Amino acid sequence: MLEVKNIYKTFNPGTVNEKKALSGVDLTLADGDFVTVIGGNGAGKSTLLNMISGVYSVDSGSIVVDGIDITGMPEHKRAKYFGRVFQDPMTGTAATMEIAENLALAARRGKRRTLRFGVTSKEKEQYRELLKTLDLGLEDRLTSKVGLLSGGQRQAITLLMATLQQPKLLLLDEHTAALDPKTSAKVLALTQKIISENKLTAMMVTHNMNDAITYGNRLIMMHEGRIILDISGEEKKQLTVEALLHKFEEVSGSEFANDRALLS
Amino acid sequence: MVLEFLQSLPSPIAQGMIWGIMAIGVFITFRVLDLADLTVDGTLGTGGAVLVILTTSGLNVWLSLLVAFIAGCLAGLVTGVLHTKFGIPAILAGILTQLALYSINLRVMGGRANTPISHRTYDLIVSSNTDLLPKTILVTAIFIAAIIAILYWFFGTEMGHSIRATGANEAMARANGINTNSRKIIGLVLSNGIVALSGGLLAQFSGNADINMGRGAIVIGLAAVIIGDVLLGKIFKNFALRLLSCVVGGIIYYIVIAIVLRLGLNTNDLKLFSAVVVAIFLGVPFWKNQLAGKRRKKSKAVKEDAAHA
Repeated sequence: MLEVKNIYKTFNPGTVNEKKALSGVDLTLADGDFVTVIGGNGAGKSTLLNMISGVYSVDSGSIVVDGIDITGMPEHKRAKYFGRVFQDPMTGTAATMEIAENLALAARRGKRRTLRFGVTSKEKEQYRELLKTLDLGLEDRLTSKVGLLSGGQRQAITLLMATLQQPKLLLLDEHTAALDPKTSAKVLALTQKIISENKLTAMMVTHNMNDAITYGNRLIMMHEGRIILDISGEEKKQLTVEALLHKFEEVSGSEFANDRALLS
Repeated sequence: MVLEFLQSLPSPIAQGMIWGIMAIGVFITFRVLDLADLTVDGTLGTGGAVLVILTTSGLNVWLSLLVAFIAGCLAGLVTGVLHTKFGIPAILAGILTQLALYSINLRVMGGRANTPISHRTYDLIVSSNTDLLPKTILVTAIFIAAIIAILYWFFGTEMGHSIRATGANEAMARANGINTNSRKIIGLVLSNGIVALSGGLLAQFSGNADINMGRGAIVIGLAAVIIGDVLLGKIFKNFALRLLSCVVGGIIYYIVIAIVLRLGLNTNDLKLFSAVVVAIFLGVPFWKNQLAGKRRKKSKAVKEDAAHA
């Protein structure tokens, strides 16, 4: 359903800050794939997600979703295909708007915005039910400004927003990295639940090797702007952190450099 | 002395209300879209010039006001296009349009820097004439109520939500399929239309359109927005009430101006006074934060010292 072909991206070309972020990435996802993405600092994990979602334009290569070439499509137009959750809990929601208004904004992803009411009362009921499933007590706070919520609550709401309109692909960019371990576990469990209930195709960037091994049916590892490992099926189920680190050193010829990953 | 002052109050109140409409326009860009739009210094004059020229050439004053509004919208469109399609920072885009409008406003007024319009010759909507002040205040209040009602409805629609989201968090807006560039343009168009409408009323109120009538308008508009926010922000949370607080801010601003003029401030120093007032009101929240930060650090340091001891 997603075909990324030979993508290259260099930031600040021709300057002292030149950074080759992606050097020929090829990736094909099948419907229902739940891929975890892991890699060292600056390996290109987030860049890859940002290229798919259109935050940056590609230097060369192509991106195709369900047969539609979206390589040159602006970010807001291709948003209809993707649900996104970001590392920073502040990024996914509008702090000065109400919970219900945020959800309603997301419910209209990919649709024309008209002069009809921004949130209908029918929707409010639907959102109340939906928020109940989060078990965070948010169902009684529909009209609270999102800025008043904690990081974990905001990520949970962003997850709902990303999947309110069934996305073709859910893009999770280290969405639990900024949370404390307990909240992080809760949000991950919620992620798993939403993905399996809605049979979503998903890509999850994580710095946590255990999470990368535990979740999903496929794991890719990136290094210096390339995918250097792609493990799925039975082989992935057998994976351990040690085996993964060993494989990394074998393929890349260097040590795994991600402080957070090694400490967690 | 006090009684005399109170008797003179309706004039600054009416003036403050008309500027309050202008401040609502500023609110849309400054607060909703989080853009500093300096186009308004030109647009206010455009509104005044268009109204005076059309009305004195025989067009119905209400229709003239409508055309003034549309002219303001066009000015906002230019700034919006310069900002989003030319990639010019919003402040600079506004300054460019404002500068261009100086020439355009002069052309509209046939090359004259000042064109008068009298309430004796024309059936004006508002006027600073003492006998007409009660009517002026009433009509302006109706304008304000209508504008607030329309904006309250508009910013509650799907379209309005998408504009608010653009101002609140652009990355989030785009991730949810909102064309943030088009939303900024719509906001700038709407804002400048309202400012030009206010300019059209202001020209009637002061009996002329002047090429300099918009000079420093952004500062007065910001003053009204910020004064309203500081005084009423804690109790006025609802969007309609926040718009109303801009108007209250405008009225208070003009009453304060009336007082300082009465206390002997030279009219030539008014703009200096306005700039100082706005600078202080903008600085207060910042200083408050800094002070709070220092206190936090201090109390933390004290605690740590205690822990070490």
